[in-house]
Amino acid sequence: MRLPTVESLAEIANPVGGVALAGNPNSGKSTLFNALTGLRQKVANYPGVTVEKKTGRFYGIHGRAMDLLDLPGTYSLQTRSPDEEVSRDVLLGRRADTPPPRAIVCVADATNLERNLYLVAQLAELDVPLVLALNMVDLAEKQGIRIDVNLLEKNLGIPVVPAVASAGVGLQEIKQLLSGEKLLLPKFRAPMPEAVAAEAEELVERLLLSPLPVPLGRAYSEALLLLSLDNEAELLDVAPSAVLAAAAEAAQGRLKATGIDPASAIIEARYAWIHQACAEAVRKPTEQPATFSDTIDNVLTHKVWGWLALAVVFGLMFFCIFTVANYPMNWINAAVSWLAGTARALMPPGDLRSLITDGVIAGVGGVVVFLPQILILFFFLGLLEDTGYMARAAFIMDRVMSRVGLHGKSFIPLLSSFACAIPGIMATRTIENKKDRLVTILIAPLMSCSARLPVYSLLIGAMIPDDKVPSLAKAGIMLAMYFFGIAAAFMMASLFKSTLFRNETPLLLLELPPYRMPQLRTIAMRMWERATIFLKRAGTVILAISILLWALATYPKPTDPNAGKAEALSHSMAGQIGHVMEPVIRPLGYDWKIGIGLLSSFAAREAFVGTMAVVYNVGEDDANSVSLRHALQSQQRPDGSPVFSPLVCVSLMVYYALAMQCMSTVAVVRRETNGWKWPLFLVAYMTGLAYLAALFIYQIGHLFHLG
Amino acid sequence: MKTPALASLKAGQKGRIASIGLESRNRRRLLEMGLIAGREFTLVRFAPLGDPMELKIGGSHLSLRKDEARHILVEVL
Repeated sequence: MRLPTVESLAEIANPVGGVALAGNPNSGKSTLFNALTGLRQKVANYPGVTVEKKTGRFYGIHGRAMDLLDLPGTYSLQTRSPDEEVSRDVLLGRRADTPPPRAIVCVADATNLERNLYLVAQLAELDVPLVLALNMVDLAEKQGIRIDVNLLEKNLGIPVVPAVASAGVGLQEIKQLLSGEKLLLPKFRAPMPEAVAAEAEELVERLLLSPLPVPLGRAYSEALLLLSLDNEAELLDVAPSAVLAAAAEAAQGRLKATGIDPASAIIEARYAWIHQACAEAVRKPTEQPATFSDTIDNVLTHKVWGWLALAVVFGLMFFCIFTVANYPMNWINAAVSWLAGTARALMPPGDLRSLITDGVIAGVGGVVVFLPQILILFFFLGLLEDTGYMARAAFIMDRVMSRVGLHGKSFIPLLSSFACAIPGIMATRTIENKKDRLVTILIAPLMSCSARLPVYSLLIGAMIPDDKVPSLAKAGIMLAMYFFGIAAAFMMASLFKSTLFRNETPLLLLELPPYRMPQLRTIAMRMWERATIFLKRAGTVILAISILLWALATYPKPTDPNAGKAEALSHSMAGQIGHVMEPVIRPLGYDWKIGIGLLSSFAAREAFVGTMAVVYNVGEDDANSVSLRHALQSQQRPDGSPVFSPLVCVSLMVYYALAMQCMSTVAVVRRETNGWKWPLFLVAYMTGLAYLAALFIYQIGHLFHLG
Repeated sequence: MKTPALASLKAGQKGRIASIGLESRNRRRLLEMGLIAGREFTLVRFAPLGDPMELKIGGSHLSLRKDEARHILVEVL
């Protein structure tokens, strides 16, 4: 028999979960979480959904370790996004993977107290100890808002702690309140109109008797939730059983017959209670002066200056991504080639050495090199999010995005995708509507990312003879390719919204939070999180694909051991696939050598340049290399016409603009959509689109003898 | 009393929410965010392209599209 350990005894004594941290978005919840837990935190995923589960550990006054669960920011327990659903389900004790919390700390923004207390009113309906952290009391004071904490505490019936999370004020009090063995339950609930209360009472009884009984303390909350959902599908989704859903519907019908709309009545009753609790306890200046935020907004959302500010902000972001990131990217490249060189020097020649240097190191190095861009992008995104500017950018751009059926919030992920689709796709998490988020994920990779740059420059170089055309024209073609990507993305968004993702008109209800000083620590921690996700998830897939591609390009070996690289490649599986592919890609104007390039680009687009260098036996594999450009220009078909005619170059660029050729993106889409369905759809639709577009361009061009 | 649609107001005008005629899920959301009948608000501005609008209600600044604001009836103050 195994004796119980100290930990397991503690678990028996305290069977329920840790402390949950809830709060509205922009209430400073993350800041408080970081302040309480420091670096003792971990990020995982809730099984089955793509919502992040962030937990941390902190110590109470007697050194008692407590786990803190950071719930996704939510305005209400009536949910509209997967994030909010998770918050609701954890708080109601519905998630098997997360035990219901022992206590809840709700963070509220003291400068906008009544709206923030709405969630508190809902949480007070649960029989779970609740502590209200009144955050940003310093800012409230500056705005002339006087809060009588003792009175508020008395009126709400829960402990209230004034806090300034960014300065660590109030942390001790919160820890102290949570350290006790017996925590106090909320004393009051918002009183409901009599008829609603009676129906709620009846539903509570039914819930307690249901085959899967709801815990006593949560039944009231659940009953109110069921009473306010008058959308049948939603009700069936939320109710524990179809019988209960029918009971709730009947109850709603009875209330409506007496002229009461249950949903409105419940929400208004909560607000009435809050209003009463705050009436004496919160004093606001009668004439509210224009705040600092209002003044900034007069400029940043101005009809003229607003656009200018938007251009400057994102111009600066891209400037940093494309110039500043170059330095660390060069260091990484140097480190990778040093590593490959060292391995080459240390190992005997052979397949293993080739696998390590050309497969593993080159493949993984090719992914890691994007890390600086991703970090810089997330630094800016964090800064924009935490200052409050992101909501303004969505506000300004919403009209444009609504043209294709999207939301202003899709703007940032799409813009980020010009650097790299991976952070762009990760940034779609702020989009609440599931379908909108999916559409944004599906079109983000059509934005011309930085990996397409080397391919475009090589092909533009091959297309236009040197020095005869001003470099401005080359830049113009490059710009045209970027616009081509944008146009394709918007067209596909329109198409998806009118076919696959129809009948939904998401409500745009965007909060424009007050401008705040960003917390560098919070941003740094988010950057770190994102970087690890990228390296772990994308890195493993890339490694596997790199090895596979290496094997394809290496085996079988040429019979002549002295054969050059080009012969070896054409003899390999990759070369043979290139030959097999030729009938398929000939209508696009490509030969089998280009086919090898397409094949090798499957993992990452920029591999095209390196592969072309090998295929044509050119030593340098730089996109700006003159010799590589000349090699491409001098290639001839059997009939003497050039392989890389301007038409073929355009067809290839169009193909690269549209095709899904990035394994890291596929891996991230799989992670973000929690399955293989959407990443496979993405690969299929983009590659199909690319093929058709390139085919169309080449064939039409050929018809008019442009080839 | 006249209750024009919120969408017909001009920037800078103040009003009081009269009723919300949206589909239940959206109406609930607006109510929860504080757009409750009887509450006063200020239409702060329209976005540079004329849509959406920014409302100040309670202590919050909320952005709404005209499409939705057409279904919200208000009293002008």
